[in-house]
Amino acid sequence: MEIRKPKIKSVPYDEFKDNDTLEKLTEQLNQGGTNVVLGNLDWAINWGRSNSLWSLTFGTSCCGIEFMAVGCARYDFSRFGFEVTRNSPRQADIIMCAGTITNKMAPVFKRLYDEMAEPKYVVAVGGCTISGGPFKSSYHVVRGIDEIVPVDVYVPGCPPRPEAILYGMMQLQRKVKIERFFGGANHKMNAQEREESMNLKGLHGLSNENLAFEKLLHKEEPIIVRDGVTKEQVEQLGKDLDQLSAKENDKDEKVENPDQQKQTPVTSSTKTNKDQGDTPAA
Amino acid sequence: MKLNNITFPFDDFAKEMAKLKNEKHFDYLVTIVGEDFGEEGLGCIYILENTQTHDRMSVKQIARQIGEDYVLPTIFSIWRDGELLEREVYDFLGIKFLGHPDMRRLYLRNDFDGYPLRKDYDMSPEHNRFPETDEPETDWTEEYNLNKYGELVKTTRRLIQPDEFTVNIGPNHPSTHGVLRLQTVLDGEQIVHVFPHLGYIHRGIEKMCEDYTYPQTLALTDRLNYLSAMMNRHALVGVIEEAMGIELSDRIHYIRTIMDELQRLDNHLLFTGCCAQDLSALTAFLYGMRDREHVLNVMEETTGGRLIENYYRIGGCQADIDPHFVQNVKDLCKYLRPMIQEYLDVFGDNVITHQRFEGIGPMGLDDCINYAVTGPAGRAAGWKNDVRKYHPYDLYDKVEWKECIRNHGDSMDRYYVHIDEMYQSLDIIEQLIDNIPEGDFYIKQKPIIRVPEGQWYYSVEGASGEFGVYLDSKGDKNPYRLKIRPMGLSLVGAMDKMLRGQKIADLIATGAALDYVIPDIDR
Amino acid sequence: MFDFGIVTRWFDLLLRQTCGLGNFWSIFIECVVVLLIIITLYALLAIALIFMERKVCAYFQCRLGPMRVGPWGIFQVFADVVKMLIKEIFPVDKSDKFLYYLAPILVITASIGTFSFLPWNKGAGVLDFNVGVFMITALSSIGIIGVFMAGWGSNNKYSVVSALRGAIQMISYEMSLGLCLVAAVTLTGTMQVSGIVDYQAQGWLIFRAPLPAIVAFLIFLIAGNAEANRGPFDLVEAESELTAGYHTEYSGMGFGFYYLSEYLNLFVISGIAATVFLGGWMPLHIGVAGFDHVMDYIPGFVWMLGKTFVLVFFLMWIRWTFPRLRVDNILKLEWKYLMPLSLLNLVVMTVCVVFKLGWHI
Repeated sequence: MEIRKPKIKSVPYDEFKDNDTLEKLTEQLNQGGTNVVLGNLDWAINWGRSNSLWSLTFGTSCCGIEFMAVGCARYDFSRFGFEVTRNSPRQADIIMCAGTITNKMAPVFKRLYDEMAEPKYVVAVGGCTISGGPFKSSYHVVRGIDEIVPVDVYVPGCPPRPEAILYGMMQLQRKVKIERFFGGANHKMNAQEREESMNLKGLHGLSNENLAFEKLLHKEEPIIVRDGVTKEQVEQLGKDLDQLSAKENDKDEKVENPDQQKQTPVTSSTKTNKDQGDTPAA
Repeated sequence: MKLNNITFPFDDFAKEMAKLKNEKHFDYLVTIVGEDFGEEGLGCIYILENTQTHDRMSVKQIARQIGEDYVLPTIFSIWRDGELLEREVYDFLGIKFLGHPDMRRLYLRNDFDGYPLRKDYDMSPEHNRFPETDEPETDWTEEYNLNKYGELVKTTRRLIQPDEFTVNIGPNHPSTHGVLRLQTVLDGEQIVHVFPHLGYIHRGIEKMCEDYTYPQTLALTDRLNYLSAMMNRHALVGVIEEAMGIELSDRIHYIRTIMDELQRLDNHLLFTGCCAQDLSALTAFLYGMRDREHVLNVMEETTGGRLIENYYRIGGCQADIDPHFVQNVKDLCKYLRPMIQEYLDVFGDNVITHQRFEGIGPMGLDDCINYAVTGPAGRAAGWKNDVRKYHPYDLYDKVEWKECIRNHGDSMDRYYVHIDEMYQSLDIIEQLIDNIPEGDFYIKQKPIIRVPEGQWYYSVEGASGEFGVYLDSKGDKNPYRLKIRPMGLSLVGAMDKMLRGQKIADLIATGAALDYVIPDIDR
Repeated sequence: MFDFGIVTRWFDLLLRQTCGLGNFWSIFIECVVVLLIIITLYALLAIALIFMERKVCAYFQCRLGPMRVGPWGIFQVFADVVKMLIKEIFPVDKSDKFLYYLAPILVITASIGTFSFLPWNKGAGVLDFNVGVFMITALSSIGIIGVFMAGWGSNNKYSVVSALRGAIQMISYEMSLGLCLVAAVTLTGTMQVSGIVDYQAQGWLIFRAPLPAIVAFLIFLIAGNAEANRGPFDLVEAESELTAGYHTEYSGMGFGFYYLSEYLNLFVISGIAATVFLGGWMPLHIGVAGFDHVMDYIPGFVWMLGKTFVLVFFLMWIRWTFPRLRVDNILKLEWKYLMPLSLLNLVVMTVCVVFKLGWHI
């Protein structure tokens, strides 16, 4: 079945950066193929979902003010349909994490994420949520919220301009449009998965994103960075990146390890810990 | 101001401090700086002000070590804002205050291990991972005292009775301007107690600054109270420049005053908007934000940033003002003056607003001084505390402007003080904008900046209170201790007193009118 | 005037004579058809109202509102509805499951019930009892129970506080609401909705007995606003105070019911105000024969919808301008000002009726 490109009104497909990640995702999600009826129904439901993303009012620090500015009269994200910001997590679709997450706030944030109803998405706004930002060397800051929740879109900046936040939201819309709904976003946790999630304890409960998409994309459980990055890991990463770019230059070479290749565009620091053989706590 | 600390003997400390307040009339405790003095041990520096003569003095006290613990007598009963300030010192340094009725940690979790601001704290990422379980909550608190043998005795008391109805407002709440958790004990709709829990956005800025060089420390100040970003940086730059004795050109003074006042306009516009939003008059919020965008345009053209501007440097400004700056500011002032009246028409003079704000969260003049409620909230109660008037810096003593004082001390007056201050800011800008002298915008400094040895404290009038920076330097290129006096900590500490007997809706209204910003409180 | 009774009689004859069905079956089929029409109309009106609110709110706030989903954003609410339908519904662990599931059903029942009383055209009313107006107030009380059950059944402190506020507010304002309707009934002499509208053939109620009717109309709008938890009286789901109030723990279609019924309650209040005080589907008759004749050409449902949407716009305008009242201010307004005023108004109206002070009484 031909793969449809997600269309965003009045922004040409080629103006978006990072189209190749999106295309790879689409290919894998549709590998089994699906019949025409379900495919069209998927497309219709995804149209509805992507145009009506209700965000949870969640802003901890400076990026929260830029989030408010995006909603106000000059930048106005209500043109996209996002202005309905619900206060209760059960009624929200996305959590736009705008602002630093500190160690004290981390369990609270994960709890808010868990309370949200599926299908749900996370947008990491600002440098602090991507990697700790200017506060990376602090003793009380989480270095990137993807250690806690699975993130869909990263919007860099300190703080990102409102136009950047709008661009990030459009990228999220494209991602929602290519997702498979029946069997993907619509996946219900069965009893075994529920067991698994409850046993992880603490902050590591599994959400639909972990189960449905990451399993489909052959990703494993959430990778939890336990230790700080050491010099040897950085050098090893440099060597791995050299190897990868060598591999990409010879295009007919078969990809050996699908996992590692797919994860590179997403986050690269976690890869080094996988190499070290650190198994995440189950 | 350079601090010359006087010291009292440990056993007379409490009595001497009480004498300072009662006899010498030092009734405003500006801040308590907890510090690890190295070989001297752990201790505190108390900065006090006499509200009538506006003199300041400082007292230094080293904690006595009893076994593994460090103790100091409390001054909580003399100056009430000491309650939260002493909890902060306990949290970061581990000094237990004898006689403090509620000696718990303030910012960090109950189960946090160690005291971060001590010099021997392990800052490695492995040691400081985020906790993966919820914070253990308890209804009990502790008080420490010395018995007659000089041993440390702990008594536990109940904070919350078993059959009281508590509701957590926050940490994720649309109206708390950030992540503040107010544990509210309710009786139906009426508030019995408010216990603030801070630290959900505590990023450890003070500890990080001890490893940074002086120019590097400037980067983080804009992220404290991001709505008075210029004033925050002004205080830090001011204390370093004062300590090094740098003379600035007039042009720099003019630019800094104008930028500070533009930033104040930005904050107050957002304040009126957020007051309206918390009271659910969303249209007034959007009008305020729309005009704030005009102010941001003007600032962005020169500084390059909307929210985080990074404009001042040690020795001047990062860049000279844009050629269109003067004309843009003049157009802005002409545009903004009638708009302020529009906010009053739509929201401020509305009868429902008056019903929601009048008599809400009242705090009289003496209580404001005791609880150190500075800024517009204090001026609404009649306290003349504007740092720009009484400890003038830059050009504030050379321009004509009035300090905005009202006397009811409730939320309606706090709102009106903000509106009055907007008009005053426009006056100040209009007086200065045509007369910016030629000169350097940056006085060249050495590549490595070293501050001479000593202790300094410098404060500016931030948008919601007195914002001060304390610097303790040992002559290195890193500060030995950098402490920031947050504008909002005393406001949150005073909320319990302001809100006794009022309703939940009043808590929201008072919080909106006080105009605190949580990253500033938590640093 | 176009009489919708023509269509209904034709359909009835179709069933009874052409299809040869007996009494039971023809009435049964008619009920099912009417039910489907009502539910469709309900959903379509809800969609139109939600879109109207977002656009009206945006224009008051100097911005544009939904623009990208379809030309001028007209398909925005359809996207919202699709999304709400596929959202996960889960029960909260320790909630009272029976109350938790029953509450949205009660709210939607009350909403559809009161909606069915609105007369759309001559001969196009759904429910037309002789105690019509009285039934409307009785049915709206079921909605109050739904709100209260949602708050209690969610096992959440915020919900309980909000449900208490909701119950007390809605119960208080029902008094003024009822008294205004009683004043109108005093004038019209009948509680039956079609009778009220027919009485206004010689002029709308606000023109017939101007002083008491206009006062009753304004009080009805204020009290109705409070009943529907809208505008300055929305502390029940006070968005900036108690997160989302009594429906915090609902997601997916459960929440969708509350969302729809909020807008439809607004519509119903406006509709009843338009019916009782502004003449419903009755055109504007001022006594000049030529003018009246021209007015009669405009179909009844255009009049009805037009009047209702004007009132809805007016109520939205109020909502987006004023800040929210606190609970004691709300109760003070009702018990100290509106209730005595509506009692006084009732007395004045009775005097007007007895002494025939007004037009065509």
